[in-house]
Amino acid sequence: MTTREIRTGAGKPEAGLATSAALPRQPADAQQVRGWRRLKRLERMPWISISIIVFVLLLPAIFADLITTHDPLRGTLADRLTPPAWIEGGTWSYPLGTDKQGRDMLTRLIYGARISLAVSTITIFIGLVIGSILGLLAGYFGGWTDRVVSWLIDTFFSLPGVLLALVIVAAIGPSFVTIVVILSVTIWAPFARQVRGETLSVREAEFVARAQVAGAGPGRILAKHVLPNVANTLIVMATLQVGVVIINESSLSFIGAGIPRPNPSWGVMVADGRDQILIAWWISFFPGLAILLVVLAFNLTGDWLRDFLDPKLRQRQ
Amino acid sequence: MSEAAAAKGPAKVRINRPEPVLKVSDLKTYLYTRWGVTKAVDGVSFEVCPGETLGIVGESGSGKSMLALSLVRLTPEPASRIESGQVILNGRDLLALSDKKMREVRGTEISMILQDPQQSLNPVFRIGNQLAEAIRVHDTDATRAEVYGRSISALESVHVPAPERRLRNYPHEISGGMKQRVVGAMALAFQPQVLIADEPTTALDVTIQAQYLRLLEELQERTGVSIVLITHDFGVVAEACDRVAVMYAGRIVEQGPVEEIFDNPRHPYTKALLDSRPRVDVVPERLPSIEGQPPALNDLPAGCRFEPRCRYAEDRCRAAYPDVVGFYDNHLAACWKAGEDLWPAR
Repeated sequence: MTTREIRTGAGKPEAGLATSAALPRQPADAQQVRGWRRLKRLERMPWISISIIVFVLLLPAIFADLITTHDPLRGTLADRLTPPAWIEGGTWSYPLGTDKQGRDMLTRLIYGARISLAVSTITIFIGLVIGSILGLLAGYFGGWTDRVVSWLIDTFFSLPGVLLALVIVAAIGPSFVTIVVILSVTIWAPFARQVRGETLSVREAEFVARAQVAGAGPGRILAKHVLPNVANTLIVMATLQVGVVIINESSLSFIGAGIPRPNPSWGVMVADGRDQILIAWWISFFPGLAILLVVLAFNLTGDWLRDFLDPKLRQRQ
Repeated sequence: MSEAAAAKGPAKVRINRPEPVLKVSDLKTYLYTRWGVTKAVDGVSFEVCPGETLGIVGESGSGKSMLALSLVRLTPEPASRIESGQVILNGRDLLALSDKKMREVRGTEISMILQDPQQSLNPVFRIGNQLAEAIRVHDTDATRAEVYGRSISALESVHVPAPERRLRNYPHEISGGMKQRVVGAMALAFQPQVLIADEPTTALDVTIQAQYLRLLEELQERTGVSIVLITHDFGVVAEACDRVAVMYAGRIVEQGPVEEIFDNPRHPYTKALLDSRPRVDVVPERLPSIEGQPPALNDLPAGCRFEPRCRYAEDRCRAAYPDVVGFYDNHLAACWKAGEDLWPAR
């Protein structure tokens, strides 16, 4: 707070001098001011959240087999229920302890990150693409296209995701593909609704009319004029939805309708530790903590992105 | 047109005019709203000759913007529909073209400049990108270098200084006048024969406005483009137009050469409009205004639409819409009493 005040206080007279006294130097000064602002904006980035995303989710997911040598699926039964290393009875060969089958918790967490990342990126991507296309079409063309799409959106908003998942899994059995499909089906509707709303307003902008007058067709207008103007919102929404997807995937895995065992999904791991929660709390605790941290980090980053990408809010910062 | 001409009023000559590049006849565009059918454009006819500027004046809601949009077939859908009429450009009826053909015509043969330059450019792309886009719409296989060269010369043609630098600017980085020039450059990139300018100077201040009108004039001299200039400002008409059409309640009530209309208006509405302009030489207590309101376009009177506000109105004005009367040099007025000297000539 104080540093900010001092900076702006010192910056103002300087800027005034530069514009009034040295006109030829103006471009250089303007560039300096711009660079300075960029730096100040970087300072406000949610570094903690971004580090959590990088160190808890991204790096482990990508380099899982380099980081750990344990097998995530097969444990040493003799070492089962070993507590974390810093607790009496723990050992540094299992830093976060082992579960009831003697599998290394840390290794399973790391491989679990891979599943969470894969599920969330694929799901968000599918949801984003379907949602954007339907939203753009509905918002731009209106009429019966809009009516059908809006009806679909409302329908999918009212679908109980967990129940749907249970029914489908009961019918065709749990698998990675099933869970991605189920989650995508529940995630596209918010994207579509948002894009439709913004398309409605961008469609009325005069630059769209100008493009039409210049002879541009609907495809070109949607791709070149409407989509770039709703991209900000899409980026923010995608970031915020990652948290939702991870929670949903974990919940489904927890009740057994998600990633099939013995794959180390964080939700599965929380569920596995349920019976031993009083004697081996670490089995449920660490995956739960991982879910909490990653989802929180995505939400905070999303909030920051929203403010960052909104020029009006950016000025006020 | 001239069918009813010469019958009434002083006999006048029709001056030979070149073949018109744009010929609009009996154009009707209706809006379908919850409150009924709004006849925004209700039987409008006019011609524009090559290299000529036609001003279309009228108050808010007189249908002049809907008329402009109808010419390029971009009236808001599905609320409005072009009911009938013809818009003949280069000998073919635009209203009969397929949507695809129409898209090809837009920007190459007929172009349009919109009201607000602040809004006419996409805020998320650089000027260069948008100019290139305007060129690529109709010239899909132009190379990068070609597009760049044409962008530069397009900006030069509208006197944008340092075009190379402007190409890298975002719209918010340049002034309103500059933006309107860029929009003009885009509209004229393919040298269309007709340019529709819908209140192009309303959002600009008076100095920039005059500059812009002069620029349009210069471009017209160089390329021979015909301009349809929509405005509510007789000052702009006097400055920039060769001919003028006065619109009232969806119809053109009077049209003719600018000097003729200014010096010898034949329609009481035109006369009243001209009288309510502020003048530099006389400072009246209050600026004269026209009493009453224009009729609702979804509930039009059977007779003359100006009749309720007209001080010269008679029974026949209420009974039927007046025939068009012709005067010197294709000066047309739709008034029963157009041939009478209701006011002293100036």
